[in-house]
Amino acid sequence: MKARAEALPTQEMLINMGPQHPSTHGVLRVILRTDGEVVVNARPDVGYLHRALEKIGERVTYAQFMPFTDRLDYLASMNCNAAWAWAVEKLAGIEVPERAEYIRVIVCELNRISSHLIAFGSFTADMGAFTPFLYAIRERERINDLFEEICGNRLTYNYVRIGGVSADLPDRFLEKTKEFLDYFDPKIPEYNDLISYNKIFVHRLANVAVATPEDAVAYGLTGPNLRGSGVRFDLRRNEPYSVYPKIDFDICVGTGERGTVGDCFDRYMVRINEMRESVKILRQAIAQIPDGPVMAKVPRVFKPPVGEVYFRAENPRGETGIYLISDGTVNPYRLKIRAPSFVTMNIFEKITRGLMIADIVAVIGSFDIILPEIDR
Amino acid sequence: MEPKAIFEAVRATFGEAVSELQEEGFRPAFLVVSPEKVREIGRFLRDDPAMKFDSLMCLSGVDYPDRFAVVYHLHSLAIGHRIGVKAYLPRESPSLPSVDGVWPTANFHEREAFDLFGIVFEGSWDLRRILLPEDWEGHPLRKDYKYPEFYHGIKV
Amino acid sequence: MSQDPAQGGPGPAAGPGALGPEAHVMVGNADKFINWCRRSSLWYLLFATACCGIELMQTGASRYDLDRFGAVFRATPRQSDLMIVAGTVTHKMAERLIRLYEQMPEPKYVISMGSCANTGGPFYKDSYCVVKGVDLLVPVDVYVPGCPPRPEALIDGIIKLQKIIDQKRNFAAAAKA
Repeated sequence: MKARAEALPTQEMLINMGPQHPSTHGVLRVILRTDGEVVVNARPDVGYLHRALEKIGERVTYAQFMPFTDRLDYLASMNCNAAWAWAVEKLAGIEVPERAEYIRVIVCELNRISSHLIAFGSFTADMGAFTPFLYAIRERERINDLFEEICGNRLTYNYVRIGGVSADLPDRFLEKTKEFLDYFDPKIPEYNDLISYNKIFVHRLANVAVATPEDAVAYGLTGPNLRGSGVRFDLRRNEPYSVYPKIDFDICVGTGERGTVGDCFDRYMVRINEMRESVKILRQAIAQIPDGPVMAKVPRVFKPPVGEVYFRAENPRGETGIYLISDGTVNPYRLKIRAPSFVTMNIFEKITRGLMIADIVAVIGSFDIILPEIDR
Repeated sequence: MEPKAIFEAVRATFGEAVSELQEEGFRPAFLVVSPEKVREIGRFLRDDPAMKFDSLMCLSGVDYPDRFAVVYHLHSLAIGHRIGVKAYLPRESPSLPSVDGVWPTANFHEREAFDLFGIVFEGSWDLRRILLPEDWEGHPLRKDYKYPEFYHGIKV
Repeated sequence: MSQDPAQGGPGPAAGPGALGPEAHVMVGNADKFINWCRRSSLWYLLFATACCGIELMQTGASRYDLDRFGAVFRATPRQSDLMIVAGTVTHKMAERLIRLYEQMPEPKYVISMGSCANTGGPFYKDSYCVVKGVDLLVPVDVYVPGCPPRPEALIDGIIKLQKIIDQKRNFAAAAKA
């Protein structure tokens, strides 16, 4: 590039992408400095959806904050609900009935599938293939139907409560979930036939924006993005919580099957494979779920002991950490949410150097970021 | 390693810069360190073969009743242990060295703490507001923050 | 709406009486015709900020298929007739939203989708940076309640907007003025 610049003087361009842009997954703004088509520097500008969740957390009680966690990562509301409940239970020392824990794992894994479906659908749509998006939504609607049965809402569930879940599963829910799994399992190879190994698709992703394992750890990537770089780390296995220790599943990692380990294709493929693992987890959880109560005796308003706790859960986008400080009153003294998408955006500037402008869209899609989580 | 052992090891190297181990009611436990030594202690915790805290999980600003604090949650992927590091700061012009040279992921967290608390991280390679507009007044997560009435003519 | 030249019919001097049954003539109210065009091609701007954006996506996708109502999404405001504000609008975003609205060609309509866009929703009380209703920024035609609204609710909102468009009097208003 340098030699060319000497031969032919060029000028750098400043291009603004977003916050309203069809392929930024929300209101993300990227300021691109480019030399022709080549990106010299891509700097993300976030905060267009900053809703002050942390400030709100200091002003409401622990139970009242639950609906806000729905809106933290709305593609994985159940996971965020559960992460908040687990964090508060750890702080206050609340024992949860085993059936409730199994229900949480079931809804979390269902939500993980539906979240990865959106990741798959919108990513392929960004890459110019609109049809897979319609396939993904078709399956997602069926999960929405299941969730609607248990809590009445399609997107923001508010189903998990501190001390358990708000209501027991409805009749035939487990059978219906099994039916869904039988329906869904063969769809994953179908997705692969449809798009994953499509030549154009692979060419756009392989060897693009490689995050080496060292970089991935140093920059704090978590979840599928970290595993896409070949690091075998999953909080459900390495720091087990809830009933995950009783369940057997594999950790999917990127293998560099079409290019280098840690490229966009690996991150995409990890998500596809994780859906299959979630199906596995769901089948085991449905087989193991015991009878019993679904809610511990927890007063609506309670005062946890003075203390500080950091809890992290494996959500579809990575590690959602909740740092809670209690001063012994009904409200949290300080609440910090370590949102995986927020931390992921940090590496963006580093790994997009030297790519083409069109690749920027691929990178954003492959990270599967979600804006309310970045901005909170 | 247990928090006690980590505390002893860091204390053996840095002496009085590590003042206290907060264990009761704190999960994970915290090493309380003096703010000006944060970067050296961070580099030691990352590089020491017995520590290997290669991952900074979270960096938060906190507004305690009488002082600020910056809290680092560390985790080691290689060994699998965790520790917290806490540096207390005065309420007037709080500042401490940046650790983005130790863990690059610190940058966004530090910008957030700067934005919402007004804590200055010296030597950071890019310290600007991140979540709020550049011309926003005040630091909202401080306990004494007063909500503005209008922003650019729109009622808040 | 005139005689079809392909039929090789008589010239204009022949007068209207000479038109045979093969002539393609439609007589109607121009207002109704224009409104029918506008209501049947409500291209909406893909302006999804938060949670409601996912329901907007799902409304446009497989099961609910918003295309049936002539509403397809456009990526740029310059090709859109309708802005569906789906989600929370913050003060940082407010200026951009107004700019997007101003870039849309007339006639333009706004649907405010969900509680956040209507009033600020759950962030009304404690948030310092959420705009408490998008109607503080741009004029809104239809409010769709819900957090987030179901796809059926959004479709109902679109139908309501179509009814509003049906009542517009484009020429009568001009004649009076």
